[in-house]
This record gives sequence, C-alpha cells and structure tokens, in this order.
Amino acid sequence: MAYVAVTGGKEAIEQSLKLLEIFRKSEEDLSVKCIRENMGLLIDKIMSEAGFYSEEYAALALKQCEGSVEEAVFLLRAYRSTLPRNYYSNAIDTADMRLIQRISAAFKDIPGGQILGPTYDYSHRLLDFSLAEESQVEESRGEESQVKESQAEETGEQKETSGTPGAEGLAEEVSGEDIRCQRVTDLLKAEHVLEDVPQDDTPPFDVTSNLITFPAPRSARLQTFARSDAGFLGGVAYSSMRGYGAVHPTVSELRCGYVEVCVPYVMDEGEEICIGEILVTEVEALVPSHTESEEEFDKMTLSGGYGLIFGRNENKAIAMSIADASLEKPGDTPSQDEEFVLTHGDCLEMSGFISHLKLPHYVTFQSKLDRVRTKEEV
Amino acid sequence: MIDERHYNFAFLDEGSKREIRRSILKAVAIPGYQVPFGSRELPIGRGWGTGGIQITLSIIGKEDVLKVIDQGSDESVNAVNIKKLVEECTGVEITTDSEKASVIQSRHRIPEIPMRNDQILVLQVPTPEPLRIVEPREAVTKQMHAEAEYSGMWLSLFEDLTQYGEISISSEYPVMVENRYVMNPSPIPRYDNQKLNDSETLYLFGAGREKKIYAIPPHTEVVSMCFDDVPFRTENFEGKHCRLCGAAGVYLDEIIDEKTGEKVYECSDTGFCRGRRERIS
Repeated sequence: MAYVAVTGGKEAIEQSLKLLEIFRKSEEDLSVKCIRENMGLLIDKIMSEAGFYSEEYAALALKQCEGSVEEAVFLLRAYRSTLPRNYYSNAIDTADMRLIQRISAAFKDIPGGQILGPTYDYSHRLLDFSLAEESQVEESRGEESQVKESQAEETGEQKETSGTPGAEGLAEEVSGEDIRCQRVTDLLKAEHVLEDVPQDDTPPFDVTSNLITFPAPRSARLQTFARSDAGFLGGVAYSSMRGYGAVHPTVSELRCGYVEVCVPYVMDEGEEICIGEILVTEVEALVPSHTESEEEFDKMTLSGGYGLIFGRNENKAIAMSIADASLEKPGDTPSQDEEFVLTHGDCLEMSGFISHLKLPHYVTFQSKLDRVRTKEEV
Repeated sequence: MIDERHYNFAFLDEGSKREIRRSILKAVAIPGYQVPFGSRELPIGRGWGTGGIQITLSIIGKEDVLKVIDQGSDESVNAVNIKKLVEECTGVEITTDSEKASVIQSRHRIPEIPMRNDQILVLQVPTPEPLRIVEPREAVTKQMHAEAEYSGMWLSLFEDLTQYGEISISSEYPVMVENRYVMNPSPIPRYDNQKLNDSETLYLFGAGREKKIYAIPPHTEVVSMCFDDVPFRTENFEGKHCRLCGAAGVYLDEIIDEKTGEKVYECSDTGFCRGRRERIS
C-alpha cells in the first residue's frame, strides 16, 4: 500500500477502504433506530456541532463511521452542503419552550419552579454492572412502552430532586400538562438591575454562507459558538472562569425543552406554518457589569451571556454563555480575543487542517531542504 | 456515480455554485484580492483542498476534461481521491494529460508545460493570507491590504537577509500582483512562481477552510517580492536531471535509491515525465 505516486494512489485507497470495512464489521449489527434511541446525548452533540438537526441522519452517520464524533459531524456537514435553502424560519421565542428542564442558580425559588429534568448531575457515577446482563429479549420487549414513558417523563416531571431514571421511577410517572414558563431574566429586567439592551431585530448574520469579518456581529458570534466543538468551547469558558479572563457567571436560567420551528406561509406572508419541533438547551448567564453615568461613579449592573444549543447539551450551552459574555469584556486573555475564539473552534475545520498533515508534502519539503542546504553551503 | 436521487450534478446545489461563480468573477476583476465567500462543507476533509474543489465543482460542465494533481503527481492519494469525487458527481472525463485537460486542479505545483488560454488552473490554498506571517489577526491584515500597507512584509524579508544572508521563505513565496496586492501563490515551490507572471491561462485560488477565493487572470503582472540588489532565487537543481526521462531544468523530486542508497531525481510533474518518455520511445 504505497502512499504516493510511484505505484498508484488508486489501489492504495481501495485497499484502505476495504480495511475500513473490516474494522467496521461486527458480530452484532446496531440498527440506526437502536443508535438513535440509545445514544441520545451523543446524537445531540453531533447535531449541534454539525449545525444540522436530524436525529435520524446523525444516527446513520454514527453507524457509518464507527462512532467517531468528528467523522459523523463531517458526514452531516457535507450532506448539508447538498441541500438548497428553501426557507428561513421565523424567529423562535424560547419563552414559549415546552420545558423538560429548568434550573436557576441565581434564585432559590423561581415562579414556575425549578425542574431538574433528565440530568446525570445527581446520579452517582458508579458503573452499573447490571446493564451488562440485560438481555436482548427484555430490551426489545420493553422498548415500546419505555419510549412512551420516557416521553411522559420528559414533559411531566416537575420536582426538586431527580429521581434515578430507572424502571421504578418510570413506573410511578404520571403524564402532566406541558410546562411553559417566563424567563428569569424578565424578573430582573423589571427591576432594572439588568443592563438595558435595545431590541435588535437585524436579520442575523449567517456564518455558513458568509465569511465572518471582525469585529463580528453578535449573531455571528452566537452562531459560531453554537456550532463549535464542545471541547474547544469548554476550554475557552473554563479558561475564562479560572483566571484567564473575567467571567465567572451566575446561571440565571438553564432551560431545556422543545420549541416550534415555523416558516412564513408562501401564499400569505402574515401566516406561518409550523414545520416541526426541535429540542434545545438554552442558558442565560449573568455577569457583573457597569454603565457610565452622569454622576461621580458608574452604575453597577448585570449583563448577560447567552447560549443556545441543539439537543440536551447543558455544559456546552453554559460554556457558550460564558464565551459570549467574555467577548463583551475588554481584556487581553484568549477568551476575550474575538478572532481567536471564533476562528479556531470549528470541529470540521480543526480536524480537517490537522489531518491534512498526513498528505504528501514532498514538493514544499524539497523547497525547504533547498533553503536549509543553501544555508549550510554559505 | 453517486445516487442522483440524493445528489445534484457536481454535488453542490445550483444556488451555491452560482454564488461561488460570482465570487470567482469578482476575484478575476480584482487580481490578487481575496474575495470572501460562503465556503460549503464537502465530503472531503476541510484543509484537504476543499477551496479548490468548490471552484472546480462550480465551474465544471459536462464537456469539461479534468486533471487533478498533488505534488505534481496524478497518482498521489489526494489527487486520486479528489478526482474520484468529481467523477462520481459529474461523470466528466478525467485525464492525466495536462494538454488535454480543460480544468486542472492542483496542490503545491503548476504543471511544467505552459497552460493555454482555453484552460483553467485551480490551486488549493491552505493559508490565503500572505501577511499572516507578520500579522495573525484577520481584521488587521484586511486593513493592511486596503491601505497597501506592506512595510511589515518588506521588513520581514529584510530581517531574513540580516539574519540568514538570504530570504528563508521556501515555498508559498509572496508575490506582488499588478503592483497592488501582495498575494500568497499557495504552497507552490519558488520555481513555479515565475509561471504566474504574464501567463496565458487563468489561475483560480480556493481556500475552503479560510473561505477565500482569489485569481490571477491571463497576462497579469506577478512579481515575487524581493529587493533590487537581492535577486529572487528559485530552488537549485543545477547538474541534476530526471532519472526516468532525462529532463533538466524542471522541478525534481529527490528520491533515495533503495538499492544503492544514493540520491536520485525524478520529475515532480509525472504527466510531463510520462509524455516525454512516450515521445522518446
């Protein structure tokens, strides 16, 4: 399997693809349905980094690439390029979200209540060896009823402590009304402790069809962060919290739930058509700020950082809100360098450029050798 | 061919292709200027030539004949891979003969045989910004170009002279286009820079990850940046020739002979080399 020209790259590629098939082969094949239903959080991660909301295609991508996140993101992004853009959805008001989770770290109690929702936060991370013994038969028998029950749980659960998501917990579950709540920040706005931000209805910048320029509009920042590699964004946020930056926010509200996506109705622009629901995680974070005033001292206020991510993606949404807030603070740390954080976090771009180093570079290397050798001669 | 029910001719949807062609037209109108564009994701690695591929996919028609090379070679894995994609989604004829091709996509080389005005060379670009070596911030380099503020670049070349006695840039040696824009010719060796000047053919440069397209139309003045008293120097292959076709004065790959352990040379442009050998025999 020669790497370059001499004996032909074509043969080498064919053999490599064959090998890949061998490595991908397994005794027990996973169905796309099975991946979709069992690997929900992985699918959410992939959908968010791909900027492409389709649980089914994300599951298909995972099946195709041995579960590699970057490869799955890659497949979805590439597929996305082939789709014409027929509609732009109307702005979604997330206050209308059908909640499965809602937490405020800022207040002990909030109107509407705190909903821990499906989270691993309060589970003990002990390897559960009983899962290894679950038989296939049981799983497939229980499948249908479990799905129904877990949906009931998602919409119905509203309690202070999280129940262990297990069979007993599900059995007790009752279905309830849809939960919709006002935002916590509405309370603060009413009190004027939140910085006054004028309503901005400029159509958002789209980084997928335009090259981002700096300084970037906030919509471009937010879109870039939402599609960022979760690890990168986490690192940026962590550095800012730890000391290379100024943002250690209070989570005013983290909410996760379903929102309706609507597009304008072609025959009548005043009307809209709902094309489906998506699951999103939204975070509003609060950071201390100040506004200049006529008086001797500046007025202390709170300003916000915002995060919105496809799927159940709590940490990435929080990280996004910190990254967003960091860019609003003046300073020299990496998290405050707009161009730095906006250009280096894309999963596809970073993995593509890093992996390209495996390509042959012998022409440029020859040129480099030429320089090195000339210098020696001198 | 990939499934037509799921994929358009040349992969991208027509709207995207039209948008890219408009960016190309702008690039041709302002030689050396980097035109931003909404770079699409492709099924090939971002950083593996997706800028070039997007250009190729946008300009290619059913009658076109395509040649793809990497490091000058038709058989290099990357070239084969790109050819395979374009072939699968367009069905166009593929060739290794640079004179037969109407579109040539290349990475790191310009073919040895001068290209004609009915051909287009598409080059893949990793770092479109030539000033990146002196300034990391895009917002700043954009302004430097707007003001033709290239003193930082000149200074960096001069600093090289004072430090090494000559300029240390090996490939992707910066060029001045029509005495206006400093441009990165993509990582071609210095030997290839001269082919950009006053050429017959249209050069299109695509940077997918960095979302930029730029161009050198035919008969554009392209000068490798250097000083009056320090001439620009290309790679030195003096006294060396291709062991296969005997060519001298071309860009050569250095190979260690497995048996003798000696350094031997072969043409980097494999299509050119094959052609010469066929003619000789």
